[in-house]
Amino acid sequence: MHTTLSPPPPSRRRRAFDWSTAIIAILAFAAAATVYLRDGRQHFFDVLVSDVSLFGEMLPKVLAGCLIGAFVTLLLPREMVARWVGHESGFTGLLIAAFFGFLLPGGPITIYPVASAFLVMGADAGAVVAFIVSWTLIGYTRAVVWELPFFGTDFVIWRIVAAIPLPIVAGLLARIVVRAGYQYRDEIK
Amino acid sequence: MTLAINILLWGVVGVLAVIAATRGRVLLNDGVHVGVMEFVLLLPRIGIGVVGSGFVAEALPNEWIAPWLGPESGLLGIVIATLGGALTPGGPVVGFSIGAAALKSGAGAPQVIAYSTAWALYAIHRLVIWEVPMMPARVVWLRALVSLPLPFLAAGLAILLGRP
Repeated sequence: MHTTLSPPPPSRRRRAFDWSTAIIAILAFAAAATVYLRDGRQHFFDVLVSDVSLFGEMLPKVLAGCLIGAFVTLLLPREMVARWVGHESGFTGLLIAAFFGFLLPGGPITIYPVASAFLVMGADAGAVVAFIVSWTLIGYTRAVVWELPFFGTDFVIWRIVAAIPLPIVAGLLARIVVRAGYQYRDEIK
Repeated sequence: MTLAINILLWGVVGVLAVIAATRGRVLLNDGVHVGVMEFVLLLPRIGIGVVGSGFVAEALPNEWIAPWLGPESGLLGIVIATLGGALTPGGPVVGFSIGAAALKSGAGAPQVIAYSTAWALYAIHRLVIWEVPMMPARVVWLRALVSLPLPFLAAGLAILLGRP
């Protein structure tokens, strides 16, 4: 259990290529070959140009997302974040937890230790659930860096607006389940 | 819209860079360095995923996707998409590539939203590999349990809002 949060946990070893990318690359190659052989050279290049230009349009946003993520990680003391959620409860606690989920950049290796620290500092399961669901569904760095290049701006904004109430719903559901007798505290040291 | 998003994002970058600079040159350099490195390492993965999902969508015959996941597939399509999301292994490249390919080859947008929401919230491998080692297990199961209805809510709310 991570009770102290500084220094920051080591970031996940990032490689430019991994096994899931390799699988997608093989699939992409097979699909591209199918399109080339079935639909001809012209159609192949049409698809290629349209996808590459979609990717190109998104690059400035992806770079901005990476920079925002890096700066927020450096500037926002995570102890402060944890203390806020730890001392709050009630509906406000869920709102604050959801807001921090939206705000905090990073991958699973930075988010789950922060969530664990929330528990240790006294946050209830509802707040922790709201935090994780919020990071997953409406976290902006994830959306900008990963989702935009694939789906385009309009689709992603639509999906995120529809997801805004969900962290609160999940937090409230978690509190109902806990009130009905679900035990989780005994594991937290 | 896309220009407005660019201006907004780079405005935020500018503000954060100024705040970092007031706390010292080193912090500013660190932020730029970490951010740019992250970007460079992500590029090949996102590039392969985006271009690859375009070709996969083109190669798949529409008549395979539409009956199961098309806009007419309704609630059953959303159920299938949610199950598919829960069972999709792998990192973001895999999940987003499949979602984008399905969308381009005729899946309905609410179905794709259900898929990516389910995949993001409770893809089984992710719970086991990432979340359980770092969190108390009973909290992880609680979170997964209360997340079960969320893909349906996400799809429903998206339908209510209406596509922009």
